[in-house]
Order: sequence, then structure tokens, then C-alpha cells
Amino acid sequence: MKTLPPALSHWFAAKGWTLHPHQWDMLARAGDPATLLIAPTGGGKTLAGFLPTLAELAEAPPKGLHTLYISPLKALAADIRRNLRTPIEGANLPIRVEDRTGDTSYTQRRRQRADPPHILLTTPESLALLLSYEDAPRVFAGLQRVVLDEIHALAESKRGDQLTLLIARLQRLAPGLRRVGLSATVEDPPALARFLAPDAGILLADPGPAPDISMLETEAPPPWSGGGGRYAIPAILEQVKRHRTTLIFHNTRAQAELFFHDLWLNNTEDLPIGIHHGSLSREQRERVEAAMVAGSLRAIVCTGSLDLGIDWGDVDLVIQVGAPKNVKRLVQRIGRANHRYNAPSKALLLPANRFEVVECKAALDAVREHTLDGEPRGPGPRDVLCQHILLTACAGPFEADALYAEVITAGPYAALTRAQFDAALDFVATGGYALRAYDRWQRLKQTGSQWHLRDPRAAAVIRQNLGTIIDIETLKVRLKNRAGGIPLGEVEESFAATLTPGDTFLIGGQVVRYESLREMTVEVTNQPGRDPKVAVFNGTKFATSTLLTHRILDIFAQSRWPDLPAHTAEWLSLQREVSRLPDADTLLCESFPHDGREHLVIYGFAGRNAQQTLGLLLTKAMEEAGLAPLGFVATDYATLIWGIDAVTDAAPLFDLQALQDGLETWLAGNAVMKRTFRASAIIAGLIERSHQGRRKSGRQATFSSDILYDTLRKYDPDHLLLQITREEAMRGLIDFARVEEMLARVAGRIETRRLPRVTPLAAPLFLEPGRIPVQGAGRERLAEDAARRLMEAAGLA
Amino acid sequence: MSLTFRLADATLIARPSGALFWPDQGVLCVSDLHLGKSERMARRAGTLLPPYETRETLARLEAEVEATGARRVICLGDSFDDAASLDGLEEGDRLWLTRMIAGRDWIWIAGNHDAGPLEIAGSHRAEVHLAGLVFRHIAQTGAQGEVSGHYHPKARLAGKVWRCFLADRQRLILPAFGTYTGGLWSHDPALSGLMQPDALAILAGGAVARAIPMPR
Repeated sequence: MKTLPPALSHWFAAKGWTLHPHQWDMLARAGDPATLLIAPTGGGKTLAGFLPTLAELAEAPPKGLHTLYISPLKALAADIRRNLRTPIEGANLPIRVEDRTGDTSYTQRRRQRADPPHILLTTPESLALLLSYEDAPRVFAGLQRVVLDEIHALAESKRGDQLTLLIARLQRLAPGLRRVGLSATVEDPPALARFLAPDAGILLADPGPAPDISMLETEAPPPWSGGGGRYAIPAILEQVKRHRTTLIFHNTRAQAELFFHDLWLNNTEDLPIGIHHGSLSREQRERVEAAMVAGSLRAIVCTGSLDLGIDWGDVDLVIQVGAPKNVKRLVQRIGRANHRYNAPSKALLLPANRFEVVECKAALDAVREHTLDGEPRGPGPRDVLCQHILLTACAGPFEADALYAEVITAGPYAALTRAQFDAALDFVATGGYALRAYDRWQRLKQTGSQWHLRDPRAAAVIRQNLGTIIDIETLKVRLKNRAGGIPLGEVEESFAATLTPGDTFLIGGQVVRYESLREMTVEVTNQPGRDPKVAVFNGTKFATSTLLTHRILDIFAQSRWPDLPAHTAEWLSLQREVSRLPDADTLLCESFPHDGREHLVIYGFAGRNAQQTLGLLLTKAMEEAGLAPLGFVATDYATLIWGIDAVTDAAPLFDLQALQDGLETWLAGNAVMKRTFRASAIIAGLIERSHQGRRKSGRQATFSSDILYDTLRKYDPDHLLLQITREEAMRGLIDFARVEEMLARVAGRIETRRLPRVTPLAAPLFLEPGRIPVQGAGRERLAEDAARRLMEAAGLA
Repeated sequence: MSLTFRLADATLIARPSGALFWPDQGVLCVSDLHLGKSERMARRAGTLLPPYETRETLARLEAEVEATGARRVICLGDSFDDAASLDGLEEGDRLWLTRMIAGRDWIWIAGNHDAGPLEIAGSHRAEVHLAGLVFRHIAQTGAQGEVSGHYHPKARLAGKVWRCFLADRQRLILPAFGTYTGGLWSHDPALSGLMQPDALAILAGGAVARAIPMPR
């Protein structure tokens, strides 16, 4: 179909709209089984995705579901519904469009299953629920098209892995189903196409003009360390004044809070500036969003919460504060400026410290040369598969052979072996324990060749636990007053636990004083004009991508640096004079005394998580070698270890086998592993999500998943969930893969330079926060001291 | 390392394991074992937790019995996660428990989870009075020299959560000894209302049992 139905083309003509070439192309490819459209922000991607649907439904549409649209954001589904209404009502098309998310009412959801609309807009989680009901075959039998929006974002998470399994199910229920994926610019389109479908075609839209992007130069040079970019607030305010609407992106929520607070202290002209991040209450976020759409804000300080989707008003400048860590995300963020096709986006990068000047330069070069980074995601996680098997059982009896055949049509699970599948099925059915304990209480039973729930009533609980998003336990923060308190946002439970009454912290740009903890709510009072203790929300910490670190090493290899600011070029020259600059072929280690302690710096350039893991493993090796390490700190490019004895040759510490062995022992009791275990155990259906209501009553009945982890490790160390936990942690927070990559890159060339004093490149490391003490019996000693002080204070000692 | 303290006229020892020992009477007291919890969860809720907690709890209990050489063991209630849990025990675990009971004066006090009569050796009681102390499952207001369990108290110190004993001049509340048991914060009104203002929390679970003023 290459033409629009008359009603639509008349309406477009009346509005003076013309279609972009890629929108015509999508119409032409309407019959293809799967198409991935890659188009820049503002390129009319969503309309391109829906045009074939509108064309097919324009005249006398049959009853029933025709197109399913899936987006990662609830808000996006609602936004698209409003946007689709314009052409549908304008061209007077007989098409019914509805959205269905966690916010949709119970009656509405029931009605949608009985009498589905032509176009249903939903999220992966709501689709999972729909497919868990017995009537799914009837609801989806006539489905013609599925549109996956922002598929590049979904493909990076377990939500995406789950979605591919759900689409595989849909394809079986509706064999004629055609798939469309809509994506922003990505580094590896064929990989994303395989994620969409085994045989997906790729349609690349005109990427539009190159962005207008540069580094924000300031009068004062950036500080030696730290994040947040607060030194540049006057320069940033100047930019805000010169533009209509500016988005100021930060890498973490805590930095966004601190920056916003200081920005207002300097905002003498009272420019309307708001803040938006995931820890703020929904009411607060909605207020900022409404103000943005209305065009009444001049700037918004934000985090990744504004990375996706909705067209927020008339943004003409994006400022990225702090090194972007990842070029792809930077490019997508830049796209937030100028949501008009064929207009260049304007963006400024602000390095937060001296080292980030080099990093920003590397990122700018990468953007100009159109090289993007991205690590391949690896095979589909098996905890998601376990949940999918549970979901399947909720919908009715199934055969293992048929389910396996369906699962391996999903991109991430294409290489799943039958043995791996059977282990997941066994886990779901029996718990998969070496001790066969649950013969009578199996979750799934087999009758003939059919698997089914032992107790059909279990379906309700399983449905409540569907989804792969694991919330970190958070507590609501309320301003204490007589009327019950204004909600300000949420903080992590672990942060709240560190507060004592009187402590001050930042939330929503205001300094508040911690008063008390009441019924899962942190009560605070206003405390203007005081210095905050600190805002710790554990915002996601991104490690610098491999591509960027290689580019940084390339910059180091230059003989001169004419295109870097003078202060930074001088710094690098000085480092070359007194020691040398790290390069890609050798692992540079510097050893020097400072302030009565010996120091060892390892310039691994492996990203923060891997450098941290390296710090833990090396200090352990040093302890065994009698080198008495006292602590370490890690950044994206180096690890600094301090101790009592000098390390004159670091090479023996880097024995890969010894490091791996050390990793095994260290992992055993590690908090990262326990957190990873909890998430996988929830997704796989071993433990239930904690629901706010249930937590209030009978809290002594629920126990920590840490206990399950410890018990499994002791009695069943090869259990499927422990295998999954290990895989997850290794590619996530522990990132041992990059330690291995780094060691392979240098292939034994490890150079230790013994120097008389701190080197220029090492100096900023001394100012880094997050220093980790090395402790043997440390926890017990800490508790001992704390207990003694408390008893003394109470006059009891 | 254990911590010695006094309740009424008795000298008691809070052990790091969360067990209580009374040397003068040769009594070892533990509370809220919740044996068979994973089996009950499977039966009732369909979740299949690692089925190893009963042997883990029994192993720790046996270690305490041997370390103290107790002549008498008092289990303060909720020893079994429900009345059917005893039937659901693995044969090996059941024999292990029976061996431990043999040769000792073993008292099962009824709890809210295991109120019914239990088909297992030992004497079964609602409460026990012994040399000035009373042992029961749930604390009663106004009681004197009372040792109870039920609440699974816990408290936070130095960034870690600890199971804890709560002790004042009138009463002692034991932490849960069972492996799969959670806790109730000592600052919960149910506990802070029960304990005197000068009550102590004795933290278990580490290498040393240590006292702090009860967090409220």
C-alpha cells in the first residue's frame, strides 16, 4: 500500500502537512513481517509507525484488536493516545484507540478484554498481564500489527527481554502479526533488528543535520575533582538567559539536587527554573511537566527521567553537566533540543573536573565522527524466562516442547539450550533444589504431556508479581505540618537509615531537617539557609564506556594538545614530564609516598565498577602478600590504594587466576550479590514483591532475602538462582569482564614507576569521595565502638 | 562472647546465637524456631523457598545444647510454623530432633503458630514457672521476672540489622532463633510500650553479644 486513503490524505492536505520520506517508506513496507525504523528525535517516528494502521483501518474496520502499541513509559502511552486522536477525529476515521496501563481502572480493563479497541496502547508489564489470562488467544487472535516504541531503550533492560518473549507468544496466537520497532540512533542497528525479530528489515531515516555541540568554556578552570559542575553556574545562567528553554542534564539525582539548590542561590533574576528526577513525588513531577508543556519554564535541571519520549515544549538548548560516560546516551540527549525535523540540535558539554575535560573532548570527537558505543547485552537472562513460564502456566496448561520452540524464536533467547530451558522449568515446578522437598506442593504439575498450576488460585499471586522492574525500597518524605504533610519525594530506605533527628538533606531543591520516621514516611521540616548534610539517593552510577576510554587514551598519545583548554594541556604535559601518560598497550602503575603513607595508583581505564572490583581484589592480594593496605578509592580511570608498605613491583599482584579465586571468596558475602539475588529471586518468582500495605502489618513475618541467599550458598551452591545471580553481578556492578578485557589488552606489560611524590594525574584521586577502608574484623570493631559510646552516653558503662 | 545479666534474682547469659542460658538451673531457652516454615509456605502460598532452614536451625540449636551442656531445654513457642509443620518435616530432620530431645528435660511452650497438641516427645505446656521466673510465649503486661518470645525484636547499629534480646528489670524478650524469621523493630510501639524506659537491647548474630540502650 503506497497511497493514503482519501479521508487521511484530504485531511493532511487541509492541514498543509506533507509526509517525510521515511513515513512513506513505512507505508510501502506495511506488508513486511518486521521493520526497524531508526529516525532522529522529532522525525515523526510515531506517526510513521501508525500510518499503516490508520490506512488499513480507514474504511470499515472489522471489530477487534488490530494494532498493539508498546512503550516503556505509561505517560507516553497516554500522550500518544492524545496525539492519535488529532488525525483520527480530524479525518473522521471510525477507529477506537484506548490505553491500558497500571493506572487504568479495573472496570475499564475488564471491558477492554471483552471488547478490545482497534488500537491498544500499553506497556510491557500490562501486556504481560493480558497474556496471563485464559482468554488471551481470543483477545489477540485477529491482531495484525505490533508497534514497539523507543525499542532502543527497552532493548537495554530485562523489560525488553521479557517483551521479546511476549511478542513470540503474540506471534503464535496471531500468526499473521507484523512487527515494527521505532528507535533513536543506535550503534548497532542489525543487533537491534535481531532483537525485534529474526528477519527484521532496517529502515534508516535521514539523520538530519549534525548537532551544534561544543564544550562550555568558563572563566575559572574546572576544579581538580568532584562532580556537579557548580563552578560553572554563572556561565550556565547566562546560557539559560540566551535561550527559550534549556534542559540541564545531570548524571545522578544527588548531583541534580545540589546543583539546583546552588543555581537558585545565584538566580538573582528569578528565572523560572524547575527540577525533575525519579525521586521526586509524582505530584511534583507532574507540576514541572505541565509547566514545561505550557512553556512557562526557562530551564529544567534533570536526570535520565527526561531521556525518553514525550515532547516537552520548545527546548532549544541541552546542557550536559559532567562527562556523558556514554556517547550514545549523549546523542540521544542532544536530540531533546529542537524537536523539529531538519533543525540542528544545540548542546553544550560541561566538564565537572579537570579530567572530564579530556573525557568531554573524547565524547565530542565521537559525536562528530558518528561513532557510538554500546556493549553487547549477552543472552537473555534466565530469571525472566522463569517468570515467563509462570505467566504461561497462569494462562492455561502448556506443553514443554511447544513452549521451548516458541521461546527460542525470541531474539535474546535464540541460543537457549533445551537443558537450560528444562532447568528453568524444573525451578518453576519444584524449586529446583538438590533436596527434593516439595513433591506434594509442586508449583506446576504434569498431567500427560501438559504442565499446569497445582493450585489454580496461585495465578492471582503470580499476576501481582509480574514484571521485571525491581523497586529499591523507598520511603516517602513529607513536610510535617498539621494538614498531614506535603509530599516532597522519596528516599532510599538505606539512606533514611543513616539519618538521625536534626540531620539536614536536600530534596526537591530545598534543605529539610529530618524529624522522625513514622509508618514508612520520613517526616521533615523546612530548614532554609542551612547547609545540607548531603543528598544521597544512589542515583545510577554509569561507568565510562569502553569506546570513550579508548578515545581518552588516544588523546593522551598525542604529542601536543592544541584543541584542549590551556589549563588541561599544561596538566597533561607536566604528567608526561614527571612520569608518563597511560596508554592502551601497557598498564601504568605509579608508586609514591605521600603524607606518611605509601600509595599505589593503577591506571586501568576500565570504568568505575571494574576499577572498584580491582581495588577490592588487589587489596586482598596485598593483604596476603603482607603489604598492609589500608584502603582504596576508584574512579572511571584509576584505582588509588594506600597502605603502610611501598609496592615497588605491582605486576605479581595481577595474576588473573589468583584474582579470579579472590573474586569467588569475596563474592560469597558481598552486598552486591545479595542485592542482585533479591532482584532475580523476585523476577523468577521465588519471593514476592513487598507491598506497602502488607509491610505495615505483621512485619516480623517477613524476612530478608539475604537469609535465603546465605542458606542457598551453604546447602545448594549450584542452584539455578545462584548461577543467575553470579552471571548478573559479573556483567553488572562487579563488571569483572572489563578487568579481564584490560588485562588481555596489556598482555602482561605492567609497568610500575617508583616516584618521589604525587604525580599530576594522581593528584585528583586524593580528592575523590567514596574511599573504602579495608577491614578484616572491621564491622565488629565498628559495632564495638558504637555500642560503647552509646552505653557511656546513657551513663550505663 | 556471651553477656551475663540479671532478671529478678536469676543470673542469665545472653548468647551471641540468640539463645538464653541459665547456668544455675542448667536451662537453655530458645524462642520462635518456626521449624517447617518453607514447607508451610509451599503448602499455603505456593512459593518454593530453599528447603534447608530446618536443618540449619537444628544444627545451630544442637551446637548450643552441646556448648552449654544444658539439662533442660525450653522452646518458648512458635517452635513449629503451624500444627501441620511437624508432619511435613523430613524424616531425617525429625529423627535428629528426637535424638536431641532424648536424655534431656525438653519443654515445648505453646505459641500462636503451634497452639495445638504436638505429636513429639517432650512435655507440652502453656507456661512454665521456675525458681522465680515465668516462661511464656507472649509477654503479659504487669508480669514480673517474665521470659517470652513472639515479637522477634531487631535493632539497627553501625549500619547493620541485628536480632536482639530486650531486657529491663521486669522482663526479657528473646530474639527469634529460627533461620527463616524476620523481625520487629524495637522502636515499634508494640515493643517500646512494653519495655521500661531504661531497657537494653542485647544484640545477637555477631561474634559477641553486646548491649545498647534499646532504640525507641
